[in-house]
Amino acid sequence: MKRFDFVQPASVAEALQVWHPGAVWLGGGTNLLDLMKGGVMLPDTVIDINRLADLRGITTLDDGSLRIGALVSNAELADDTGFAHDFPMVAEALLSGASGQLRNAATVAGNLMQRTRCAYFQDTTAACNRREPGTGCDARGGVDSHTAVLGFGDACITTHPSDFCVPLAALDAVVEVQGPDGAREVALRDFHLLPGETPERETALQPGEIIVALRLPADAKGFAAHARYLKVRDRTSYAFATTSAAAALRVEGGVIAEARLSLGAIAAKPWRVTEAEALLVGHAPDAAPFDQAAARALDGAVPSNDNGWKIALARRTAIRALELAAAGTPERMPALPASPFADQNGDHAHV
Amino acid sequence: MSLSISLTLNGVVRDIVLDDPRVTLLDLLRERLALPGTKKGCDRGQCGACTVLLNGKRMNACLTLAATLDGATVTTIEGLADGDALHPVQTAFLENDGFQCGYCTPGQIMSAVGLIAEGRAGDDPERIREGMSGNICRCAAYHGITRAVQEATRRMAAAERGDAA
Ligand SMILES: Cc1cc2nc3c(=O)[nH]c(=O)nc-3n(C[C@H](O)[C@H](O)[C@H](O)COP(=O)(O)OP(=O)(O)OC[C@H]3O[C@@H](n4cnc5c(N)ncnc54)[C@H](O)[C@@H]3O)c2cc1C
Ligand code: SF4
Ligand code: FES
Ligand code: FES
Repeated sequence: MKRFDFVQPASVAEALQVWHPGAVWLGGGTNLLDLMKGGVMLPDTVIDINRLADLRGITTLDDGSLRIGALVSNAELADDTGFAHDFPMVAEALLSGASGQLRNAATVAGNLMQRTRCAYFQDTTAACNRREPGTGCDARGGVDSHTAVLGFGDACITTHPSDFCVPLAALDAVVEVQGPDGAREVALRDFHLLPGETPERETALQPGEIIVALRLPADAKGFAAHARYLKVRDRTSYAFATTSAAAALRVEGGVIAEARLSLGAIAAKPWRVTEAEALLVGHAPDAAPFDQAAARALDGAVPSNDNGWKIALARRTAIRALELAAAGTPERMPALPASPFADQNGDHAHV
Repeated sequence: MSLSISLTLNGVVRDIVLDDPRVTLLDLLRERLALPGTKKGCDRGQCGACTVLLNGKRMNACLTLAATLDGATVTTIEGLADGDALHPVQTAFLENDGFQCGYCTPGQIMSAVGLIAEGRAGDDPERIREGMSGNICRCAAYHGITRAVQEATRRMAAAERGDAA
């Protein structure tokens, strides 16, 4: 690791004041320290934000929305009984990510801000426009499965690795941010940027801004009875998604009144197409055109390297997630992630 | 830049001066405090060999900066037994062949203690395998590990209910 200065501000105001170009926020450190050890991130100052009490806690606001502090750990949130009840697919996504140890350390904000798992991004001897603008992109023609089939460009073909963000996009979560110019809000769907010509710009966060909280709107609870997160990966547990889908249905009088579908690991942001969701409205959950909705959600998908298989896999993942959601949220949530050893019909069933 | 931290390590309050903020908890334990029981496998959060309890929760010591730990409570494998009396998880690992070479074992045991305290897996082998997935075993002693965690879970629950295990 390169040497750095270490500071521990006691308030958000103090944190914003000590920030300067070259400084980074330290949440749980599970992504930052990893990248600092590899020489991928070389901050001159590490600002430990863990003493900022304002960034903690889970609170229901007057309008019924839920406000989650930026420092709430991934485990604390997923294991909160009320949260898992109201937002089961978010808890399911959180618990499908990383490991028990990592989820204890990882924070809500850190999960949103985690960098790509592209092998060439992490290898400082490789060309990577995201790590070092203008150097090229060794993932093109390289060997890496974290590549996109939608929303990529010549400059960068990678995906966003978060599980958590996929259902958050489906449920219209909002990110609360503070910066030198005051407070503002960004819709989670607009938070992660597609690479375009500037892949080094990954999120809507401006330099010096800090995430203080995440909000889930009250109406997102309306999907709780039919909501699932499905993750397909190289091994049963402790692996990043190859493809994933968050599917949620609001069923009224036996028909789908509203549907949400968001796909993970296929673009630099969670991929949500509202036209695909609209195709499901008015159908009975057991006879809805899930295949058409999935196909519409992947409209325009093309391989970015040797990854054409991902388009078919993502479509099937979406269909299956919708089928699981239609069958209803299991009584015991979160259900276990896929395992070849599991009972496929009981409360273990997932993939 | 020197930083002073005070932490409770295996029940003892330790005042530590760090000459460098780059020191991880793992290196602090192994290189500076003569506690090599906590192992370094990958040093990047991928193997679980460095698992310790930090404020009662299992964490990867390799991804934790020591400088952040002022006021924290840390338990390592060295702090688990009560004198010569092994912790029930340690006993269960011995009795169920929960290891071969033993390199991953301190991390496995600390992770199991954390998992049992979380109380969500019970003695269901499927949930235990999922809950222990952050600990890789190069010798693939997974069968024994799962059985050891099952048995320790049952014994600790019985002890809590008051019947002699
Ligand atoms: C082995 C391994 C496996 C993993 N598997 C998965 C997986 O399957 N699914 C998944 O989703 N994730 C996975 N992860 C990633 C993990 O979820 C992230 O590392 C974690 O969520 C990051 O949170 P943190 O608090 O530790 O962030 P940090 O490492 O502290 O920070 C990450 C980034 O966020 C910035 N940041 C932190 N807090 C704030 C804030 N309040 N405002 C603005 N910026 C901030 C930091 O400056 C840094 O750039 C895995 C990680 C590892 C190491
Ligand atoms: S895909 Fe993006 S992150 Fe990966 S090497 Fe290319 S520019 Fe870098
Ligand atoms: S040494 Fe910490 S996880 Fe491998
Ligand atoms: S016992 Fe050898 S690595 Fe697990």
